[in-house]
Amino acid sequence: MSEALLDIPLNSTNPVEPFLRMDRMPHIWCPACGIGTTVNCFARALESSRLNLNKVAVVSGIGCTGRVAGYANLDSFHTTHGRAIPFATGLKLSNPELQVVVYSGDGDLFAIGGNHFIHAARRNMDIKVICVNNLTYAMTGGQTGPATPTEVISATSPYGVFEPSFNLVQMAEAAGASYVARWTTYHVKQLSRSMEEVLHKKGFCFIEVLSPCPTLYQRRNKMGDGLDAMKFYKQVSKTRNGAPTSECALTRAGEIVVGKFVDRDRPDYLELLKHQMTASLGDRYADPEVTTCSEG
Amino acid sequence: MHAAPKGVLTGVHFLDGDHACCEGTLAAGARFAAGYPITPSTEVVERFAWRIPTVGGIFIQMEDELAASIAIQGAVWGGAKAFTVTSGPGFSLMMEHIGYAAITETPCVFVNVQRGGPSTGLPTLPAQADMMQAKWGSHGDYSIIALCPNSPQECFDLTVTGFNLAEEFRVPVMMMLDECVGHMTEKVVIPESDQIAITPRRFTHKSPEDFRLFEPMEDLVPDMVKAGDGYKFHVTGLTHDERGYPSMNVETQDRLVRRMQDKLKPFANGRALFEAVNLDDAEVVVVSYGITSRVAQRATQLARAQGIRAGIFRIISAWPFPEQHIRELAGRAKAFVFPELNLGQMVHEVERCAAGRARIISVPHAGGSVHKPEVILKAIQEAAR
Repeated sequence: MSEALLDIPLNSTNPVEPFLRMDRMPHIWCPACGIGTTVNCFARALESSRLNLNKVAVVSGIGCTGRVAGYANLDSFHTTHGRAIPFATGLKLSNPELQVVVYSGDGDLFAIGGNHFIHAARRNMDIKVICVNNLTYAMTGGQTGPATPTEVISATSPYGVFEPSFNLVQMAEAAGASYVARWTTYHVKQLSRSMEEVLHKKGFCFIEVLSPCPTLYQRRNKMGDGLDAMKFYKQVSKTRNGAPTSECALTRAGEIVVGKFVDRDRPDYLELLKHQMTASLGDRYADPEVTTCSEG
Repeated sequence: MHAAPKGVLTGVHFLDGDHACCEGTLAAGARFAAGYPITPSTEVVERFAWRIPTVGGIFIQMEDELAASIAIQGAVWGGAKAFTVTSGPGFSLMMEHIGYAAITETPCVFVNVQRGGPSTGLPTLPAQADMMQAKWGSHGDYSIIALCPNSPQECFDLTVTGFNLAEEFRVPVMMMLDECVGHMTEKVVIPESDQIAITPRRFTHKSPEDFRLFEPMEDLVPDMVKAGDGYKFHVTGLTHDERGYPSMNVETQDRLVRRMQDKLKPFANGRALFEAVNLDDAEVVVVSYGITSRVAQRATQLARAQGIRAGIFRIISAWPFPEQHIRELAGRAKAFVFPELNLGQMVHEVERCAAGRARIISVPHAGGSVHKPEVILKAIQEAAR
């Protein structure tokens, strides 16, 4: 057990409690939903990261995963649907010493918020995006989303999804992300490690987490309950670190390629900005990090 | 407190309204702007992009107006004073985030240089047809402040005022320019920084243990915090209690929505900004705002020359609407004449406040140019009859 965990008071019943707003429990997520598992992994990653938690902020959009911000015992922002990334962009740029984590779902980040995702990746904005991909719009009742595989039955595709879905990891890499990984909620150790890794990595980092929605996705598609989801993930997942993301598309019941696919170094937005301004303006450039924004 | 000297371009300048507005943001202490290009407003952020690297701050051009209007709010919670700039189509896209700023009580400024609409409309030509949208455009009940400059000098002065009001009341403030005011070039005097009053952000003095994010102070406005200071606060667009936690019930909704409205009452009751000319003996009150006020001024002069006792009530703070003043004038004037570059928007507010006690003549104009003074004069003559 690490030193930080030894600091936890004896009356604490769970080692992740300090990372959660316990006064907001119980949470709203369904039994066997995977979001809580990812939050547990995130708490453990925060713990092992040794970051000053006063300087970590979580930003969420809207949806089931959008509620993560409300349970994280950090500066946390539950924003509007699809707009967690641009909010996080403003937060990071005005206060660069913050480590800003965007925690949201597949519908929020890739349908209504898809444009913001690719542009933040293009800029290599120094934010960490964790996408809990449950393959559906769960909060609103299980409608088809941009990540829903074909042939799936959903509330708005009662005869089966026929439109192609996004391959999220390929999109992240193509748009310029510095780090791209995918795990499932079965891979808790690997997921925690990836989360810890991105907390120490500069630039736009993306982790996709496949996560079950027993209530609205599995039941409708006769895929069983939460335990069946774990068995399914265990059975069909294949770890291929460094796999070409173009080969990692998801299907309804086929192989799930997991692993770390991209880990590269690109100058991030603020580095590029400062480089350009210094080159153009020399001594006249006033570095925003030394000019407090709240001076007036 | 006074403006930080670094952002203040003290001196006598020849500036257009958009550029003067930008200088106002810098004098007010804005150190973050996010924007998306749109005519006729882009000059505000173009100048900011040119100025801010030597002042110390950030300009980022976002991928759309939705992004720009929420990026500024992230920046505010990070500790900055921040704003965005747009025109009609972009303003429409920003509506959701005006609501978010209202319910999260995020002090920020939206500059809207109005052009003809609806939709793409008249990109390069003036209108004043977003006035109701500024107040009612986002869903739900909420309150904002909207200011209407009628000159480049006022674009500077009122932008500073707008930032100050945003901090004082923790509301989004709308700077409602129009294309003419935005592109009109005139003398602009920027004072010494120690002559510019700045309302600092009211950060809490409480410890994280004692602090509640939405606990109203005596003025009904909660104290601010910023991320990174150890408060571990939670901000949500959901209806929330004083801790900031979602609390979706009738009582919390009632308390929150009423407080958001009530906190602006001190401004509405006694601090409305306006210009009054020749109202003491006026039988006809010409109401106007923005560029239209400058045409109305000419029309009123012509009416006076003809012996008509016409006066001017120029609206500067359009929202909250200056109800008390219109009610008082309705009790003693015969009629109101109200030219606007729309088919009649703010005139409904005058009708509401006059409540039948004075005749009201709307002088609509669909936008694309300004009124001819003769058209307004004709309405004044009609009103005086």
